[in-house]
Amino acid sequence: MSTVKLTVNGKAVAVDVEDRTLLVQLLRDHLNLTGTHVGCDTSQCGACVVHMDGRAVKSCTMLAGQADGANVTTIEGIAKGDELHPMQAAFRDNHGLQCGYCTPGMIMSAIDIVHRHGGQLDEATVRTELEGNICRCTGYHNIVKAVLDAAGRMKVSQAAE
Amino acid sequence: MYQTTYHRASSVDEAVSLFAKGSESKFLAGGQTLLPVMKQRLAGPSDVIDLGRIKELQGVELSGDTLTIKAATTYYDIMTNADVKKAIPAIAYLTSVLGDPAVRYRGTIGGSIANNDPAADFPAALLALGATVKTNKRSIAADDFFQGLFTTALEDGEIITAVSFPVPAKAGYEKMRHPASRFALTGVFVAQTKSGEVRVAATGASQTGVMRVGAIEAALKANWSPSAIDSVSISANGLLADIHGTAEYRANLIKVMAQRAVAAAR
Repeated sequence: MSTVKLTVNGKAVAVDVEDRTLLVQLLRDHLNLTGTHVGCDTSQCGACVVHMDGRAVKSCTMLAGQADGANVTTIEGIAKGDELHPMQAAFRDNHGLQCGYCTPGMIMSAIDIVHRHGGQLDEATVRTELEGNICRCTGYHNIVKAVLDAAGRMKVSQAAE
Repeated sequence: MYQTTYHRASSVDEAVSLFAKGSESKFLAGGQTLLPVMKQRLAGPSDVIDLGRIKELQGVELSGDTLTIKAATTYYDIMTNADVKKAIPAIAYLTSVLGDPAVRYRGTIGGSIANNDPAADFPAALLALGATVKTNKRSIAADDFFQGLFTTALEDGEIITAVSFPVPAKAGYEKMRHPASRFALTGVFVAQTKSGEVRVAATGASQTGVMRVGAIEAALKANWSPSAIDSVSISANGLLADIHGTAEYRANLIKVMAQRAVAAAR
């Protein structure tokens, strides 16, 4: 057992876990942050994507100990109170989900994509960049629309800040 | 996953001493291969020594005609590095088609070559460019480093610290990506050194892991152009055959990927 200390959604936490605990297990089973999902558990589907120190990573493919000292943001940490993050709002407005299982990972990856590409996003880029996130319902069409829509909104909201 | 004890090393020396204390230790870099293997209980190390935060293993240096990439530098940091893009753009391209964005944020060059998966991308770059693997003990030429499936010249407890690439006159890489795993169904790295030597390496093709392709090297030495490879014949003997493709299919892929790599080389 080890004590892993990290910041999750802006809050400092210390969690006693077995050394073999994965980051996603720490988030879901110890902190009850069940918005982050486990889909394939083999690093392929992206349902478990969270941000660690600003980078979108697969939390099923990291030991909790590797996140010691890190700043982690999950799907629960991106809205400002009742106001959805622009990416969440765009997924809702564009109907970018059906069953919703892949959605938390999609949104966390999509925010990272917009941060990296800024205003340079086009449909082909979004489709390529989403290759680590698998959706079995939507055919991706509305997801791609949502990401492109959100890219515009995020630029506006950044300019306003 | 079996029980294990996790250690985070803050220096190469500390990592070596932590490794020696465990009964069956493993080094952990980005974890994008080791952790999935541990989750499947195909590996059960007693101790996992995390190299991911060791500062001396991070970064890229361009000095004259040598590009040095430290072992724990992530694919993302390699892909976006200005010196890599300037000196050997084929390496920046290789990292951009490796895994997916989340994997590229975590996976490292050192982890890739230490594991020496027969379908990994970086072994082809090292072999074609005639790179040198630096460890905490010695320097190993890429020609001597890769020794077969998941087998390298590394000794137990030896740590890769960096890879040095001679900057080539031209280099290119192309691969047929497996659509789910994103590994190379076959990938070919072509390089023309500044002294005019031609080296070609294929990954994902041979039963013994990454390999040089002498017939294509000879053809390109005579005439550096995609059409020079048209008449080359590649034997299917010793090539991988699985659900994804026959040995004959991979033999053809070696030619096609080599032609595309030459066309893309700069």
